[in-house]
Amino acid sequence: MSNASARSSFAAGFLRTFIAPAVILAILYQAIVAAFGKNDYYMYVLTLSCMNVILATSLNLINGFTGQFSLGHAGFMAVGAYLAGSLTKFTHWPFVPALVVGAIGASLAGVLVGLPTLRLRGDYLAIATLGFGEIIRMLIIASDQIGLKFLEGPRGVMGITKYTSFGWAYLLAGISVWVLTNFIWSTHGRACVSVREDEVAAEAMGVNTTRYKVMAFCIGAGFAGLAGGLHAHFLQLLHPSSYDFLKSVDYLVMVVVGGMGSLTGCAVAAVFLTVFNEVLRRALELRMLIYAICLVIIMLTRPQGLLGGKEISLGAFKYLVPSYGRSRAGSGERGLT
Amino acid sequence: MVEFVQQLINGISLGCIYALIALGYTMVYGIVRLINFAHGDIYMVGAYIGYLTAHRIGPHFFPALIIAMAGAATLGVTIEKIAYKPLRYAPRIAALTTAIGVSIFLENAVRKFISPNFLPFPEMIKRVPFEVRGVTFSNVQIIVPLVALLLVIVLQYIVLRTKPGRAMRAVSLDKDCARLMGVNVDKIVSITFAMGSSLAAAAGVLVGIAYPRIDPYMGVMAGLKAFVSAVLGGIGIIPGAALGGLFMGLAEVMAVHFINSAFKDAVAFVILIIVLLVKPSGLLGKYVSEKV
Amino acid sequence: MALLEIEDLAINFGGLKAVSGFSMSLEKGDLRGLIGPNGAGKTTVFNMLTGVYRPDAGRVLLNGKDIIGLKPHQITALGMSRTFQNIRLFKGLSVLDNVRIALNLTASCGVVESVFRFPKYYSEEKRITDKAEELLDLFKLGDRKNALASSLPYGEQRRLEIARALATSPKVLLLDEPAAGMNPQESQELMGLIEWINKEFDLTILLIEHHMEVVMGVCRRIQVLDYGVTIADGAPDQIKRDPKVIEAYLGEEVRDA
Repeated sequence: MSNASARSSFAAGFLRTFIAPAVILAILYQAIVAAFGKNDYYMYVLTLSCMNVILATSLNLINGFTGQFSLGHAGFMAVGAYLAGSLTKFTHWPFVPALVVGAIGASLAGVLVGLPTLRLRGDYLAIATLGFGEIIRMLIIASDQIGLKFLEGPRGVMGITKYTSFGWAYLLAGISVWVLTNFIWSTHGRACVSVREDEVAAEAMGVNTTRYKVMAFCIGAGFAGLAGGLHAHFLQLLHPSSYDFLKSVDYLVMVVVGGMGSLTGCAVAAVFLTVFNEVLRRALELRMLIYAICLVIIMLTRPQGLLGGKEISLGAFKYLVPSYGRSRAGSGERGLT
Repeated sequence: MVEFVQQLINGISLGCIYALIALGYTMVYGIVRLINFAHGDIYMVGAYIGYLTAHRIGPHFFPALIIAMAGAATLGVTIEKIAYKPLRYAPRIAALTTAIGVSIFLENAVRKFISPNFLPFPEMIKRVPFEVRGVTFSNVQIIVPLVALLLVIVLQYIVLRTKPGRAMRAVSLDKDCARLMGVNVDKIVSITFAMGSSLAAAAGVLVGIAYPRIDPYMGVMAGLKAFVSAVLGGIGIIPGAALGGLFMGLAEVMAVHFINSAFKDAVAFVILIIVLLVKPSGLLGKYVSEKV
Repeated sequence: MALLEIEDLAINFGGLKAVSGFSMSLEKGDLRGLIGPNGAGKTTVFNMLTGVYRPDAGRVLLNGKDIIGLKPHQITALGMSRTFQNIRLFKGLSVLDNVRIALNLTASCGVVESVFRFPKYYSEEKRITDKAEELLDLFKLGDRKNALASSLPYGEQRRLEIARALATSPKVLLLDEPAAGMNPQESQELMGLIEWINKEFDLTILLIEHHMEVVMGVCRRIQVLDYGVTIADGAPDQIKRDPKVIEAYLGEEVRDA
């Protein structure tokens, strides 16, 4: 192999992986601010959407690409939120380092959850991660009784500085999706997908499946923690009820609706469902009813998700490209058979 | 010692309620391999049907119980037909997500059309307290386990001694093969949902009698705990679910009383994690490893 | 020192002796057959060799290194790869990705280098893709590289599985019934392919097969298992005439008739 060709593919790759996304993100940012910047409520919804994009895409790495089944994403989010929120409130750390520490803490929690539960599969794994997520939340609720008085247990912590702006949320969502995309389209991403496709065969082909499962949990949880940190400095509040099991369900729904194994799909679904939820607020009490009915209808008509494992590509003409998605009929777990 | 016996009695009542819900979870999982997240909400709806019946015809226990069970059975079968059946061959997570949708739907339908607040459950059985050697309990704490036990016996009889029961066991072992042997799988799935839902509704009425306060979200945590009970006993195994439910009720009551009330809900998940790590097949289950 | 040295391998499943006293010694370049009736324990031997099952007794030395207790991916990294009786491709992925995944263990770029697209990422990605395409070309699958693995016809799926196994650069290749489900012409082609791999890659091959023509045709030496015990070991001609083997396959001769 010639060094010249490697160098030229590097140059082309540099353009494609660094410059192009940055330019597109910047243009999109300008467009969004120009269109909605004057309306605080719209910006509020868009900020929320950006955080949900981080949560949905990172959960998709675990559930959609690596084929694990996590129902504890809100737990990781809580770890990041409480860590980052406490750091800025009680020790007056600046925003960004606090976010980073929150994310690292959450990813350590991800490894802690990942390691013991690796032997479990499918439904059992889902329930175990759900259990871990709830245990994290219950530890927070009991925090004032186990020596962490400043976390105020079930009452929560008020008065977190509002650092999270739309700009921050947008930037970090962009970086998250970029990192996840690059990870997935690398040899390590392929190894993760091979775990999903056939764990026994993956091991036999030299893929260290344990390592990749833990890695997926570690990275996925880390981004959930990052989103948690953003969330805490957005609501200006740390409260255990913000991170309950139903929140994990929300993110799972985004992943499933957008398509397991489609990053762009679930990012779109995250924005769509966040906005949809806000639109439904006008229906007041009927909101959740309509949401539930729509969810069931989407699942009945498109069980593989709206995009069904396709990715939306940057190329203007071929807007849907095949991916590692689970679009083909009878794929993945055949379930219920 | 007195205190321990007291908690034991309290725990058994609660455990029987978990056991009844867990039976439905385990049966449905055994037949269609679906974690029916809406099952806890069926239990909630059962309690509300009991509540409405009592308001219509007066606080009579057995009519309320039977109407609640019949109503929930109808609801369970309807849900299965509309929401789960079309997804029987879709990826499992799609069915799970649908179940979550159904769960949200039921909670909010009750919120919207009945009441979003706590409601007092009518006193269907006059509470008569007893005291034996310092241990206090009421007739309700005897009636709840008795009704639960009766229902479990009926269920075991149906599953082990009747033709639909045999068909159920066949379907849970191998659906396709059962179909080839002439079992009407759709009918068996419906029967399973009907039975599971009616047991959950019975639990709903019993919980209303034992802890007379109901609300639209009462099924969420109870459902999760019942599911943990089913896993604890070995999912798909009927006696296991009953045993797991009892254990769960006892563990919860004991933890609250002897450790800290903050662990009321946590104890279920701690048990769950321990079971999954130590013996994922549950107390009575057999572990089946993948064939290579 | 033999390349693969198996001594007294045994495993029980709940009291049932699935395999006992299994020994074999493979030199570099050997092409050995392992046959036996259904349920004789052939695949169980493969599963023990590749770390899927842990044997209850015995030793396995690969290149002089004891591999008992290692995980399957570690054994693969040490140079023993396999195919599966019931084809286990990554069905939802492209043909190319199937092979590229098997090259993961040779990849030398870390996660950070990959995510932040260091030059190393590009060179490694190019090397892996080139190598995978080269293998696919050798196995006449080059023009199918973008197809979904599950969309290939049966025979090509078998070929892809062998190509994928070779991508891990094994010294020993275990083939589990590669001709299962093939018609006579396809299995004929497969025989040629196996012999060609054996020579071209200078590989040691252990082959489980039901199709007698395939084993007898390509293997220079054959070992026969029945109820987990080796009942014969020798050249194809010998095996064909061995009364024990005939009995195992056809049942006991009816003596008084």
